[in-house]
Amino acid sequence: MRSWKAGASALFGAVVLTVGIGAAQSGEPSMPKFDKSVYAELAKAPVKAAARPNPLESDPEAVVGGAKLFERHCAECHGASADGGKKGPSLRAEEVQHASPGTLFWLLTNGVVRKGMPVWSRLPEPQRWQLVSYIKSLGMPPGTTNH
Amino acid sequence: MLSLARSPRFALGPNSFFRLIVALVRRAPIFLMLLFAGSAIESLAQESPYFVTYDHYLEEPGSLEVEYFSNFATQRGGNDFNAYWLEFEYGTTAWWTTELYLDGQTTFDDSTIFTGFRLENRFRLLKSEHVINPVLYVEYEQISEADKIMKEIEGHDVEADHAVPNAILREGHNHELELKLLLSSTHNGWNFAVNPLATKPLTGGEPWEFGYAAGVSRPLALKASAQRCSFCLENFVAGVEMYGGLGDRYSFGLHETSHYLAPVLAWNLPSSWTLRLSPGFGLNDNSHQFLLRWGLSREFSGFGSMLAGWFRGGR
Repeated sequence: MRSWKAGASALFGAVVLTVGIGAAQSGEPSMPKFDKSVYAELAKAPVKAAARPNPLESDPEAVVGGAKLFERHCAECHGASADGGKKGPSLRAEEVQHASPGTLFWLLTNGVVRKGMPVWSRLPEPQRWQLVSYIKSLGMPPGTTNH
Repeated sequence: MLSLARSPRFALGPNSFFRLIVALVRRAPIFLMLLFAGSAIESLAQESPYFVTYDHYLEEPGSLEVEYFSNFATQRGGNDFNAYWLEFEYGTTAWWTTELYLDGQTTFDDSTIFTGFRLENRFRLLKSEHVINPVLYVEYEQISEADKIMKEIEGHDVEADHAVPNAILREGHNHELELKLLLSSTHNGWNFAVNPLATKPLTGGEPWEFGYAAGVSRPLALKASAQRCSFCLENFVAGVEMYGGLGDRYSFGLHETSHYLAPVLAWNLPSSWTLRLSPGFGLNDNSHQFLLRWGLSREFSGFGSMLAGWFRGGR
């Protein structure tokens, strides 16, 4: 009986601790949260990976399919229009839009696990390329200076 | 685990399936109501089809996945049973997922009982993708001997363990620490996963027990279609998994334990529900001859943010 009580106490403590950590992490003020340094991960893409061309570049359905995937998997963090959300930076920023397709594919595949971006290799390669197509199709917001 | 002599009675028949249907219908509405109650939160889903094997993908940070699973099994020398469990899976960070399990079972012509809880944590060990991706799995479980969800097979687990009446089984308690190394690789849409496991009973001085699970799966289509659809091939993931025991510290090996082979199928709906189905087949005389697992789950992304909002009082 004592062991069950101890177990229940341990369980309650663990649940409170875990949810508390998660809530604290996700509960930070949403805007403005991201400065330009958040895009530094893009520069870490290996040269070979960054040079990979998008095999679906000429596929007209890639952007449409990518939009569907974005809504399903990415919009929660990066915002419905990819302008940035509570947990993820804008994907319409100059750094992202000027990055090569291979760089974006590499980042999607590997994530930035220590900073909250999951790996998305669970999506098959064609679907990751579709996401790249969609993100690149968005362009920078109107009025943004193009350096 | 208890080990009793088995009767040769083969329990798989029309009556078993009738009981199975009754059990499924009885349990499912409760779970559906629970999930619909929280369905206001938008969500996402791309789940693996495995029931026992784990791949290396963790829950997205701040997301809560609520899952109901059921395991029907035929039983020689005893009554067929339907075991079920609720899982609450939460993405604490991108490299740490934690889960709470609540287990129960109905043994036909016997009783329905709560059999205990499990608290599981999975830690991603490498920060980026590699050919093989290791994840450390640590689970504490406090369950009775009557637990029959068969989430893992370990040591010398055999079918006869489940033939004992619930009134006797529930008197025995297991306090266990379970460790798994989840090794998983994804290539050209195929996922390959292997999970060796070791379990240490925390009371009674029993030896370390070992087991394994392995699976392979692939989406039925690799490219997303342009239109919104529930029945597109990309929403289905099919595969097969195999799991079983490996004995204990004093008697290691494939003998005197049970092994199963089970095709698996997951249907990831655009509305973020996932339905899984898996018929399982025992591979030796120590195994249940037939298992039927199914599961229904829904993912609530932004759960952590919502919770934080409650604590901040809407500021």
